[in-house]
Amino acid sequence: MIKKTLIASTLVGLFASNAAMANDETQELRKIIAEQQKVLKALEKRLDETEKKVESTAVQIESTASEKSLFANTSIGGYGELHYNNNDNKKEVDFHRFVLFFGHEFTDNLRFFSELELEHSIAGEGKAGEIELEQAYVEYDINQKASTKLGMFLMPVGILNETHEPPTFFGVERNPVEKNIIPATWWEAGAAFNYRPMGGLSFDAAITSGLNTPTEGSKAYKIRDGRQKVGKANAEDLAFTGRVKYTGIPGLELAATLQYQQDLAQGAAGVDTADATMFEAHGIYQHKAFSLRALYARWDINGDEAQAIGRDEQTGWYVEPSYMFNEKIGAFARYAEYDNNAGNNDETKHKQTSFGINYYLHENVVLKADWEDNSGATDMQGFNLGVGYQF
Amino acid sequence: MRILLTVLLFMISVSAAAKGTYLTSEQFVSNTIGTDALKPKMLWLDKTDKDVISDILSHSYNRMRVRYWQKDNQTVWILEEIGKEKPITVGVHINNRMIADLKVLAFRESRGDEVRHEFFTTQFQQATLNEENMLNQHIDGITGATMSVRALTKVARLALWLNKKVQP
Repeated sequence: MIKKTLIASTLVGLFASNAAMANDETQELRKIIAEQQKVLKALEKRLDETEKKVESTAVQIESTASEKSLFANTSIGGYGELHYNNNDNKKEVDFHRFVLFFGHEFTDNLRFFSELELEHSIAGEGKAGEIELEQAYVEYDINQKASTKLGMFLMPVGILNETHEPPTFFGVERNPVEKNIIPATWWEAGAAFNYRPMGGLSFDAAITSGLNTPTEGSKAYKIRDGRQKVGKANAEDLAFTGRVKYTGIPGLELAATLQYQQDLAQGAAGVDTADATMFEAHGIYQHKAFSLRALYARWDINGDEAQAIGRDEQTGWYVEPSYMFNEKIGAFARYAEYDNNAGNNDETKHKQTSFGINYYLHENVVLKADWEDNSGATDMQGFNLGVGYQF
Repeated sequence: MRILLTVLLFMISVSAAAKGTYLTSEQFVSNTIGTDALKPKMLWLDKTDKDVISDILSHSYNRMRVRYWQKDNQTVWILEEIGKEKPITVGVHINNRMIADLKVLAFRESRGDEVRHEFFTTQFQQATLNEENMLNQHIDGITGATMSVRALTKVARLALWLNKKVQP
């Protein structure tokens, strides 16, 4: 009995001691868990802080990468083209155009834009080229739909006159119709107004300096020779221009320009007032890889002197289908006719058939090659090679 | 002269919202995948990612991460790309690896704003990315807005590629 009691007491004592030990261990574990929870919370906090630091470091690095400098609102761009012409008349290499753009945004709705061009690589007395300031104007956005510009700007006419960076068109040289009839590149000084009542529809109006053509000799009343380039330009008589343009369907552009010149001779003595009207219309349609450009332009000039040499009417048109085989390479064909003496009955019409390719090394760098066959008033065949860029 | 003044005043009076901003990021996200997805996620980019992005954009990319919103298999990306001189902010909503909607949220260029209109942006709907990271459908351009068109096309390709990263 005593023995049993002793065993029972021992067991109870043992259990009690075990229970006491277990209780101690539980307390210990709770303490450890509580401490670990504290550590976890501290780690969570540090992780949050680290994430915040990483985030702000990323923000700092990104903002440094796109740091706004003193010139953040000033932009520089440009384009250029080197040509090699090999035809019946000449074999010539020419850095035809080297152009730099400078622009500055004064505020969100007031900006300046300019285009400075060196033509034919070298300028000066007796040299082949010239330095030209082709654009320098201040543009003000009246609201989201209307803007105005003052200064010297490209005339709102044709396809190439306002957009002529080499990667944007086919052919090494610009087409002869826009060159000789419009006459691109054509800029004047004055005031212009642009209104966009709805997406894809735009109206332009401009009052500018006018052309000043010679009144005698082989260049008399020839439109291209009337460009004064705003260098101490005779502003006796002005020009009034209006354009409507529709681009409301992707791939389609339809536009028409009408201009009235008060006197192409700028009041020259001894000749009639040569007031003139220019009408130009063009369409561009692009569907997938296929594109078609077509343009018509004509001048009607008053005055006996212009009429006497058939320059009272000067016309031209061209049509140009093209196809992009992929992002890199495209081909075109063009047929063009123009006549600066369309008012007479002589064979003075120039005809040109050309075809060629554009190969894009980069979306802004293009290699060009084309073949041209000129007939009518000009009889000449040959090929042209070119490299052009824009940035 | 009076007529000219009247026309000018009329044109000034038709002024719309703040210049160039048509929709905020939050509005675009809310309009596309709903308000319950407003907390954005962050996709961090490594060097390989940046190389692919540079290839898509044809210029280097200096951002370290891109913010996006996700709900089930839909994602929304707010991206910026320069047209000619200024960044254009574009929202792209992707559903099942296909562009459900693309909108210009802010346009800051002085030319080429035709790209912000629906007649142009609806062309991107249903577009997917092929193996060369090009869109599977042709986008017809707008003459005179070539660079803006190019910028939007690049953004569409980039959004689809980023979407593929978070939803492989």
